[in-house]
Amino acid sequence: MSHAAPAPAPAGGWSRDRRSPGKSVALHLTLIAASIVSVFPVAWLVLTSLKPRQVIETASVAPIDHPTLANYTQVLGETRFLTWAANSVIVSLVTAVLGVLLSATTGYAVSRFRFPGFRSVMWMLLITQMFPVAILIVPIYNLMAGLGLINQFPSLVIAYLTSTVPFCAWMMKGYFDTVPVSIDEAGRVDGLTPFGTFWRLILPLAKPGLAVAAFYSFITAWAEVAYATAFMTGDDKYTLAVGLSQFVGQHKAEWGLLTAASVLIAIPAAVVFLLVQRHLVTGLTAGATKA
Amino acid sequence: MTADVVATRRAAPRSGARRLLSRHWYAWAMTAPVVIVTLVLVGYPLARGIYLSLTDATEGNMGRTIGMNVIPSTYEFVGLKNYTDILTSAEFLGRLTWTVVWTVVCVALHVGIGLGLALLLNRPMRLRSLYRILLVLPWAVPAFVSAFIWRYLLNGEFGVVNAMLRAAGFSGIAWLDDPFWAKVSVIACNVWLGVPFMMLALLGGLQAIPRELYEAAEVDGATPWQRFRHITVPGLRPVSSTVVLLGTIWTFNQFPVIFLLTKGGPGGSTEILVTYAYRQAFEGIRNYSGSAAWGMVILALLVVMAAVYRRALRQQGEAW
Repeated sequence: MSHAAPAPAPAGGWSRDRRSPGKSVALHLTLIAASIVSVFPVAWLVLTSLKPRQVIETASVAPIDHPTLANYTQVLGETRFLTWAANSVIVSLVTAVLGVLLSATTGYAVSRFRFPGFRSVMWMLLITQMFPVAILIVPIYNLMAGLGLINQFPSLVIAYLTSTVPFCAWMMKGYFDTVPVSIDEAGRVDGLTPFGTFWRLILPLAKPGLAVAAFYSFITAWAEVAYATAFMTGDDKYTLAVGLSQFVGQHKAEWGLLTAASVLIAIPAAVVFLLVQRHLVTGLTAGATKA
Repeated sequence: MTADVVATRRAAPRSGARRLLSRHWYAWAMTAPVVIVTLVLVGYPLARGIYLSLTDATEGNMGRTIGMNVIPSTYEFVGLKNYTDILTSAEFLGRLTWTVVWTVVCVALHVGIGLGLALLLNRPMRLRSLYRILLVLPWAVPAFVSAFIWRYLLNGEFGVVNAMLRAAGFSGIAWLDDPFWAKVSVIACNVWLGVPFMMLALLGGLQAIPRELYEAAEVDGATPWQRFRHITVPGLRPVSSTVVLLGTIWTFNQFPVIFLLTKGGPGGSTEILVTYAYRQAFEGIRNYSGSAAWGMVILALLVVMAAVYRRALRQQGEAW
């Protein structure tokens, strides 16, 4: 570090003006190839959803072939797609809101205080968020069956909270860690209690963190398959993930319906997702970036 | 595990108990919601799961209510029989091996490809934000939708992958019906949907490395490889250790891809531990006790993983 570069030093190893044309072409070609791999399956899904059934079930590679919206009208009109979508939204929304409400104070406490039991709480948060469905699904299923909650939304919300609550707390700890402690200290000097500091000063600052945790809980619940498949037995209670697999069951495969429904799900999800992805990555890796 | 969470308050002399309480009551109160929720929603089912795993409960002998009739449970305590059955079965070794292969291959490819793309995207160039959006797309699509997309792409008869192979003069491959190619397929699908997160996270990590370090190294005559090896890799470590852990957990627990793409088949060849335990409990004659025991075995593996991770964190100086 003793070599302080003089003023007109070259600006880093990768400025555009210093890259040879050959390297530039290679760079763009690599990225274009990667982009094609990344986009192709989704693009093919959209194109397929616009084809009539008899074309879908041939080995045609034509990107566009007798385009039609028949699959969409059939999905919306003749299946329970809209019911399933509403079910998914209800379950995911309740899970997200409850998850954030329950875990916010804990995230703050483990970010700021060192108290007896701190390590146990951290351990608990780490371990429970690693729980795969296989560990809890049987006992929760049996308990819910005992309570008569099978095929009811509360059973799904409860099952999802087992993973989103610890995960939200963990994520929010990361976010609170990035809020300067001097703000807390200022609040305490002004006579606020720890709760007051949290509620009046830190929570407003942490809104983006809360939003990310809520969004993450939402998409986790939204895309969950195992609990939903096991718990929801009536087709009026299916979530989208369960409902869609009905289209391609053991005996029949309605690829047209499946692809149209997939597009209807994926497009709003992708738009929202692309808007918030930067915050999501920051949230998931928060605490890692400041070692 | 969870039961001792509340119990492990450091033993304090009785005279200090009041002082401890007045000093820490707000921290305890703030953590209370999560601790209580976890104890009720995770601790209790976990305890029940452990109990079930020590019995011979199946769909047949589990108590249930049909209409007005309450049928009592008739399952019995069988001790560690389920565990010895699992650990001595050929199934266990096979599933465990494939789960480890699946996790290691997927995470290695996620991190390798993600890092490569992040390094490319970290250069100033035209169209950077466009590439970024295109490359993030697989993560934006819900995983269950992706699994269905791949199932269609890889369909043996009219899947586009085989159609392209045939057009290029090769014969089609039974992607989802051949044990080996089914494994390749689930890995390909999972890599496709997992790379974007790694790419974005590592890109964030790259951008957090101070540029002066590279400039100083260049002035000192370091080659690009040396700069990568001695600046980029150590600079990324905080981010990479976190994302590798997350990636490992996610992949180890990756249920939708396998369940929806191959249903664990053909002949159980792509079944990982998680989907196997699920199938035990919810398909055919529901074997609740066996599935619960599989769950506990999986939990034991995860605890070992968490312990290793925590040790690594400690070596980095994280204080718990």
